Amino acid sequence: MRTILYLIRKEFLQIFRHKIMLPALFIMPFVQLIILVHAADFEIKNIKIHIINHENQNWNVRLISQFMASEHFVVHQVSNSYTLAYQQLEKREVDLILEIPKDFEKNLLKSNKASVFIGANAIDGMKAGLTTFYTNSILRSFNKNIVLEQMKIANSRSTAGIQTKTVFWYNPEMEYAHFMVPGILVILVTAIGMFFTGINIVKEKEMGTIEQINVTPIRKYQFLIGKLAPFMLLALMELAIGLTLGKLMFDIPMEGSLWLIFGFSVIYLFTILGLGLLVSTFSNTQQQAMFISWFFLMIFVLMSGLFTSIDSMPAWAQKTTWFNPVAYFIDVNRKILLKGSEFADISGHFIKVGLIGLVVNFFAVLNYRKTSA
Amino acid sequence: MDSIIIDQLTKKFGSFTAVDKVSLRIQKGEIFGLLGANGAGKTTLIKILTGLSGASSGKATVAGFDIHRHVEKVKMNIGYMSQKFSLYEDLTVRENIQLFGGIYGVSSDYIKTKTTLVLDQLGLQDSAKKLVKSLPLGWRQKLAFSVAIFHEPKIVFLDEPTSGVDPITRRQFWEMIYAAASQGITVLVTTHYMDEASYCDRIAIMNAGKMEALGSPGELKAAYQVDHIEDVFIHIVR
Repeated sequence: MRTILYLIRKEFLQIFRHKIMLPALFIMPFVQLIILVHAADFEIKNIKIHIINHENQNWNVRLISQFMASEHFVVHQVSNSYTLAYQQLEKREVDLILEIPKDFEKNLLKSNKASVFIGANAIDGMKAGLTTFYTNSILRSFNKNIVLEQMKIANSRSTAGIQTKTVFWYNPEMEYAHFMVPGILVILVTAIGMFFTGINIVKEKEMGTIEQINVTPIRKYQFLIGKLAPFMLLALMELAIGLTLGKLMFDIPMEGSLWLIFGFSVIYLFTILGLGLLVSTFSNTQQQAMFISWFFLMIFVLMSGLFTSIDSMPAWAQKTTWFNPVAYFIDVNRKILLKGSEFADISGHFIKVGLIGLVVNFFAVLNYRKTSA
Repeated sequence: MDSIIIDQLTKKFGSFTAVDKVSLRIQKGEIFGLLGANGAGKTTLIKILTGLSGASSGKATVAGFDIHRHVEKVKMNIGYMSQKFSLYEDLTVRENIQLFGGIYGVSSDYIKTKTTLVLDQLGLQDSAKKLVKSLPLGWRQKLAFSVAIFHEPKIVFLDEPTSGVDPITRRQFWEMIYAAASQGITVLVTTHYMDEASYCDRIAIMNAGKMEALGSPGELKAAYQVDHIEDVFIHIVR
């Protein structure tokens, strides 16, 4: 135990003396939160829409005026020509075509059923997705209005069949910062955990100091705890800084227990630090360690659902997130912060990340040697 | 009693034999010099004896413990200073001493007292709070030696401790080695300097993994009928 304390003390002395590490620790959360949160703002305004309308009936006009009133849409033109609309879409003068078919009102009033056609330019898939998403939400609220009015007129039984569940449930103001901050915090913590641990151990290999340590009666577990504990503490501190900044700058909601977040972070970091350790056992130079860590981090982050929704990935890709600790942590963070989830809601994530951690650390310890060839 | 007993020790890297059936006994308190050209197997031999590397075959006992079965006990009883300076350059002189003292389980009080003593001996009292990387090479090497024997091991292994160091500092370094040996610490040292070889009680000359000659400097000179150890060395290595 005393040996471990000596090692942890040594590690902190080195970290706080390092020219880059300490500033990086404090500046990184600022930069990442300020830049990434704003840059990764997916909210799209001023979507140009061409509405094809064939009759000027009451409900037709009401639907069009809904789009006119929306802050997301700018009605570029209302015409009755599909050809014209399509040309504009091809020239990218408009982003979306909405066609209100003939007999729209008639069908609506007669059979309570009417359909519209939506066409979006899908070159920018993300934008197309969001555009149709916004359109659907307008149509839904339009739908709701019809239902309400019909109910008033008919004063009949409830029309339970129509659901108008809003997707913005846990983010009612559609505040993207609230959605992004929990995810970006995860990237911060992961970067610290993985890069710093891996590089730190490999640096000792490069400098030759690890040989001086290996010739001492120090135990493998002592050395590893001495290495991992300081970075665990630093990463948790980083998370605390990030949460504080998120609260101060973006007023992110904190519905759930912060203790639960830190509890999960410990399990998560156990996994990520183990990964850093595993990388270090395979690398002989800091460049190698950096390269391998980067490889993992890129995949983890891109497949994590932070920038692209996991639901829109192909099925096989969705399955890979099963092994992606970053995806779990982002999900947990969002659930706890935005939704107020409790331990029971995310216990499955605890177990899965814990399992990944055990496997990773098992191989890392197995592969770590005090003796060379 | 012998501090180090080596019996038919062999280390192979694929088809290359770095250490070839070396047998040797080194007495307690002896200063034993290991000579040889670059690549003769000196460093490999030391790495096996210190538990940094495994042997392919053969046996060895260091400080009474088998290097295969009780490697942690061996490590508790030895000090080691490698070819490459390997104290922490971003820690101060005092922090390095404390760290390695702590790792070997020396009590905090004793670390404090002895650190003062060591700093006095080295003349580094004023530099105790300086980062090690700011020290000149010769001082670093003397510090590394002091750290290697700080926990009062039975044996200390020195792998080319004085390469690149000026003659005056080398002389001071050897005075430290003599002081350690007089306290009963066995010293196994490798070197390229022939004058240093003559400071040793006994020397062995290695060539291509094999031990070619063994004896006191006087004995070897007599056996090869030459005036200098250097001539013995050249005779064998050629």
